[in-house]
Amino acid sequence: MPVQFKKFKWKEALSELAIPFLAIVIALILGAVIIEVCGLDAGLAYKALLKGSVMSKQAIGETIVKATPLIFTALAYALAKRCGMVNLGAEGQLYMGGLIGGLVALYVPMPSFLHIPACIIAGFIGGGLWGMLAAGLKIKFGASEMITTIMLNYVANNIVNYMVQSVILEPGGALPQTAKVWSTAMLPKIVQGTRINLGFVFAIIGIIFYYLFLWKTKPGYETRVVGLNAEAARYAGFNGNKRSLMAMFLAGGMAGVAGIVEIIGIQIRMYPNFSPGYGFDGIAAALLGKGTPIGLALGSFLFGVLRAGAHQMSISAKVPVAIIYIIQATVILFVIGSNYIDRIRKKMQIKRKAKEDN
Amino acid sequence: MEYALQMKNICKYFSGVRANHNVNLDVKKGEVHALLGENGAGKSTLMNILYGLYTQTSGEIYFDGKLVNIDSPDKAIELGIGMVHQHFMLIPALTAIENVVLGMNDTKSPILDLDAAAKKFTELAKRYNMEIDPKAKVANMAVGQQQRLEILKALYRGANFFIFDEPTAVLTPQEVDELFIMFDQLTSEGKTIIFITHKLPEVMRACDRCTVLRLGEVTATVDVKDTTRQELATLMVGKPVDLSYDKAEIDPETQKVVLDVKGLKTVQKKEGMSLKGLDLQIKSGEIIGIAGVDGNGQNELVDCITGLMKADEGTVTINGEEITNAHPKKVLDAGVSHIPADRIARGIIMPMTLSENIYLMNTDDKSYKKGPFIDWRKIDKYAQDIISKYNVKTPSEQEYIQNLSGGNQQKVVLGRELERDPKLLIAMHPARGLDIGATYFVQSKIVEARDAGAAVLLVSTELEEIQALSDKIAVMYEGQVMGVVPADTPIHEISMMMAGIKYEDIDKEENK
Repeated sequence: MPVQFKKFKWKEALSELAIPFLAIVIALILGAVIIEVCGLDAGLAYKALLKGSVMSKQAIGETIVKATPLIFTALAYALAKRCGMVNLGAEGQLYMGGLIGGLVALYVPMPSFLHIPACIIAGFIGGGLWGMLAAGLKIKFGASEMITTIMLNYVANNIVNYMVQSVILEPGGALPQTAKVWSTAMLPKIVQGTRINLGFVFAIIGIIFYYLFLWKTKPGYETRVVGLNAEAARYAGFNGNKRSLMAMFLAGGMAGVAGIVEIIGIQIRMYPNFSPGYGFDGIAAALLGKGTPIGLALGSFLFGVLRAGAHQMSISAKVPVAIIYIIQATVILFVIGSNYIDRIRKKMQIKRKAKEDN
Repeated sequence: MEYALQMKNICKYFSGVRANHNVNLDVKKGEVHALLGENGAGKSTLMNILYGLYTQTSGEIYFDGKLVNIDSPDKAIELGIGMVHQHFMLIPALTAIENVVLGMNDTKSPILDLDAAAKKFTELAKRYNMEIDPKAKVANMAVGQQQRLEILKALYRGANFFIFDEPTAVLTPQEVDELFIMFDQLTSEGKTIIFITHKLPEVMRACDRCTVLRLGEVTATVDVKDTTRQELATLMVGKPVDLSYDKAEIDPETQKVVLDVKGLKTVQKKEGMSLKGLDLQIKSGEIIGIAGVDGNGQNELVDCITGLMKADEGTVTINGEEITNAHPKKVLDAGVSHIPADRIARGIIMPMTLSENIYLMNTDDKSYKKGPFIDWRKIDKYAQDIISKYNVKTPSEQEYIQNLSGGNQQKVVLGRELERDPKLLIAMHPARGLDIGATYFVQSKIVEARDAGAAVLLVSTELEEIQALSDKIAVMYEGQVMGVVPADTPIHEISMMMAGIKYEDIDKEENK
């Protein structure tokens, strides 16, 4: 049973976390076996993984930097899911948010206290409209959002690549990239000695918004009803189409912010293919956290740890980064598998009850 | 006497819910045996047990006189049982012959000889006067043809005992005729047929004997030639018992028309019944019970009133305000409360708490908001009130509604709907699946709402319930009202109307 709380229930949340935790442990053990089979030292590898991700202030900083965009893209998946839609398009929404926000960061000079919010809002709208497009196609033509969001990923990615290599190419530059964004648009670092920037604060705000919107506001409540029982929503007179459009706008907006935060916080300019798949890792993080605010944050941090540590692992233990992807994939498989175990357990309970009844 | 099939004391429970209880079914060799009952009476469950899709909780099955243990459809097919499902088990993308051989394993050769199979298939089809191109794609076949293919598929596998699960639901009258000719041919060859249906005329027309199921139990097995449609209808819906409620006297002078439905028509959809010009009036302080066999337009009527389905002609007026084809929200705002027929599909959200389920119909109430946020504390309080007032058994209002029993879930719905002080209460099968205590509670609350001045539209297939609660009874048959009669109208007259005879015509028959 997914956590469908209204008030946060600690006990329930903890028991929900037990299985993903177990999945992670098993995945790490399997990863160790693979590393050993490759003739490398698993102990050394995991030591390096921790060293690169949590053992120092700078390492923790890297973990947070890697987790920040994942929090946004995980929110993009989870928000749409709460409305009963499968948004596989966070990657594309991220690109469109990055592009629109990036245009503001590159071409619209203004004072810093305005410039950053303007970029974030533009990024949100860019990603949001791109997400809403998929909802519109679903309502108008009945096109499955699973397909359209995936397809729109390619479209968005290629629009950005085209723009970066021609229209907004750095004047006089030799590389396929834009100029640096205005310094007024750059996100300030918030912890000395790390790369953690204001974007992380936005991510935390995003999680709080997700929680407040869904569980504390009327449109959020309606969104959840549409997602859990669309027929009940119709019966209660809710406008399901409006809810779908809004949910996809908000979801796409979240992913869009991931894009613009990456550009004005880390990369300072736009490159082609500037996302290393944050949109897809976010889906995994949301699945791992079962769509709860705390869960998806923890999921994002786990993948942040793996990503930040992977670098160190490949340097000091000579373990290829691909191993990290294998561990990541194994975690996801085990979590999905554990959901299945849950279902089997529930079925068995029903059978037992039926026997008692006779 | 030779029985093709005997099912003895079959019981089947689903997580405590009784689907079949001590069911005895004897089917003679070479007969068409009807299995008659309302939706949810346990017909399909029984046949799924016979076909090996379910395993009975207890009871024995004798096939051709031998005790058998049918634990899978393979076993059933091996015994020569063929089932034609209501929703065909065909793969649209494959051809007729591919569907027929699918899953068969009659040769050792790994190579599929479709041509040989097609030849055998065509010969078989010719024997039964059926023309089906074995190479035709199922997707391109008409519904009737698909059904014939299902029959041929069973014959091809050597079936001599057929189960037809509501086969006529999807057919045109012409195709129904052809199907019954097919029945004759099959029985003339000594094959046996079980025909599941809830349509009385078809039983009279095509069957030799009939077993009637009601609420999971057999009420009777009768020879069709010795019975009448009315008797079957009575067996199906149950005999009325003296369960009455003390209703307040209401001065007719003060009663006003609340619901006024005029000439309501809908077009025929693929599934369900169309309304064919339906008129209905309900006054304040009055319960009108809609009686009728399930599927005669009751759902369509309610959905048209509540705005969940579009009417093509006619008007719906509530308290003088026309709400024909209005948005469901507008209908709710006009003072309509609706207890839906399928509580799980429509009435509640299973993975939400009681509080959240109760908030469903109160989202527009400003007093439950604090600024932009929902005031959950106030809603919890309201939910607690409903829990105590409606005797809902639950640990707290924070419990997920899916953890409650059906009766308690229904009480939550009832409380949510009645506490809105409806001018019109629509209650569909309000006591379906509830135990006696919960049934009495739910029913008396509905009477209370009526006493308080609400107009009540009660839809039920349980005549007992209709007679106990209603001030007047309207009988529906094929999308029309056969007559609106007083609640104490004799049961045989109501049965006749349920079988499609207009009330005026019944009077004439009696005068003769």
